[in-house]
Amino acid sequence: MFASFFEYDFLFKSLLAVLFGSITAGIAGSYIVAKKMVFLSGGITHSSFGGIGIAYFIGMSPVLGAACFGVASALGIQYMASKQKVSEDSAIGFLWAFGMALGIIFVYLTPGYTPDLMSYLFGSILTIHNTDLIALAILALILLFFFMRYYRLILYVAFDEGYARTFSSRVDLFKYLLIILVSLVIVLNIRIAGVVLVLSLLTIPPNIALLFTGNFAKMIIISIIAGFIGMLSGFVASWYLNIPTGATIIFTLVLLWVISRIVTRRRWE
Amino acid sequence: MSTLIELKNISASYNGDPVLENVNFSIREGDFIGVIGPNGGGKTTLLKVILGLIKPTAGEVVYNREKLKKNRIGYLPQIAEGDINFPVSVKDVVLSGLMIIKGHSARMSSEDRKKADYVLQELGIHHLSNKSLNKLSGGELQRAYLCRALIGSPKLLLLDEPGNFVDTSFEQGFYEILKDLNETVTIMMVSHDVGTISTYVKSFACVNRKLHYHDSGRITTEQLKAYDCPIQLIAHGDVPHTVLKRH
Ligand SMILES: Nc1ncnc2c1ncn2[C@@H]1O[C@H](COP(=O)(O)OP(=O)(O)O)[C@@H](O)[C@H]1O
Ligand SMILES: [Mg+2]
Repeated sequence: MFASFFEYDFLFKSLLAVLFGSITAGIAGSYIVAKKMVFLSGGITHSSFGGIGIAYFIGMSPVLGAACFGVASALGIQYMASKQKVSEDSAIGFLWAFGMALGIIFVYLTPGYTPDLMSYLFGSILTIHNTDLIALAILALILLFFFMRYYRLILYVAFDEGYARTFSSRVDLFKYLLIILVSLVIVLNIRIAGVVLVLSLLTIPPNIALLFTGNFAKMIIISIIAGFIGMLSGFVASWYLNIPTGATIIFTLVLLWVISRIVTRRRWE
Repeated sequence: MSTLIELKNISASYNGDPVLENVNFSIREGDFIGVIGPNGGGKTTLLKVILGLIKPTAGEVVYNREKLKKNRIGYLPQIAEGDINFPVSVKDVVLSGLMIIKGHSARMSSEDRKKADYVLQELGIHHLSNKSLNKLSGGELQRAYLCRALIGSPKLLLLDEPGNFVDTSFEQGFYEILKDLNETVTIMMVSHDVGTISTYVKSFACVNRKLHYHDSGRITTEQLKAYDCPIQLIAHGDVPHTVLKRH
């Protein structure tokens, strides 16, 4: 009985992770895909690995380390790009490799065995901690609130920043808030898909959505649903086939995209 | 006629390079001002100063708050910065013209949508309401952005080279629409085509670092020279006309 409760508990936790993961990735992913910020998000993802490495070394929570690095690099890239001293894609390329290098060096320097490392690289939904799950749930709530309350503003800032400045003096504030939220989504979903795969978790569902709609709000909703279906089926498949979850989830998401592409094909011809 | 906006001793610059110097100018209610001047003369900058998008380095912009709340200015930018591949429909783009009235947490009501339908109808692109921007021609896109400027029923309309992308077949009709609008809306329009717009405008503002206001819809080459405003007049009609490159 104890064993079955235990099994029930971590399956339930994984299910919650899939739910909150698809909500957060669906919302943040729609924003970065529509605004063409995927490369920037890749930079945030990989530089956050530097935070994971340093956190291991000094013995703090890897997720917290990744969050600090992710947010700092996001703000750094935006700031550098807005001041036009460095081109944005160069700044991203720089932080991308620098974060990975830092991470590798500090993990190497950390004495003893680092059992969780693989789970940060490739994800491990089954071993997700309660604190990570709670953080993911809170982030999902914040995103839902933020995007419902400020939907029009977010849409118009993302679509035409210059015009948005004619009706709002807080365009930069909102841009920075959004990029901070995006980095937190990336970092907290690293537990699910890992540094190597998390970007697909954010980008595949919105691209599935774009096959069905040209409306930003519908794009977000379809992304969340597609993400949930893809992640859940990937999770179940990996469980029965006993293969790595993160990779399986990406596989099922791609499969879902292919199916959607075939289903919607007639519309585009 | 009362003054809507007064520019007092305005100077503006980018990174220290002066673009506008000592501009003194009043926008009077009911005027239809053609803003002309050479490329790089500061026309766009002038509009942005009026909108509060650029802070002048000297001087001040005084708004007549009784006549003109700040949210009653409609704006058509010279360069549309919106990404035409963004997942947004024409109607939603038009609705963004209401944001200045509705605020940061705006919800669009069915009444707002009716307003959008109305302006889209007026400009003849209602059938494109639900299309993405990448399905539109240059002229249709320009009209959509004009709808965005008009939806909030502005008291003052700032148009930065609206003729640029509008197909020639629509151009005359477009100016006729503006002329009708001008019965209730004050208009300030940047244009290169002095010849064409002189049929419609009531006055000219010649902008070339300095601003010279010319209180008539007729302007001659000599006057332009006197205003230090080196642009060519394009003759229309029977006279063989100079075709200027579109900017
Ligand atoms: N964002 C900017 N940064 C630096 N210089 C600018 C900027 N915008 C305009 N300029 C310069 O200011 C001058 C005036 O520009 P502008 O107001 O756009 O002229 P116009 O609209 O009359 O063609 C030009 O020399 C232009 O190069
Ligand atoms: Mg200009």
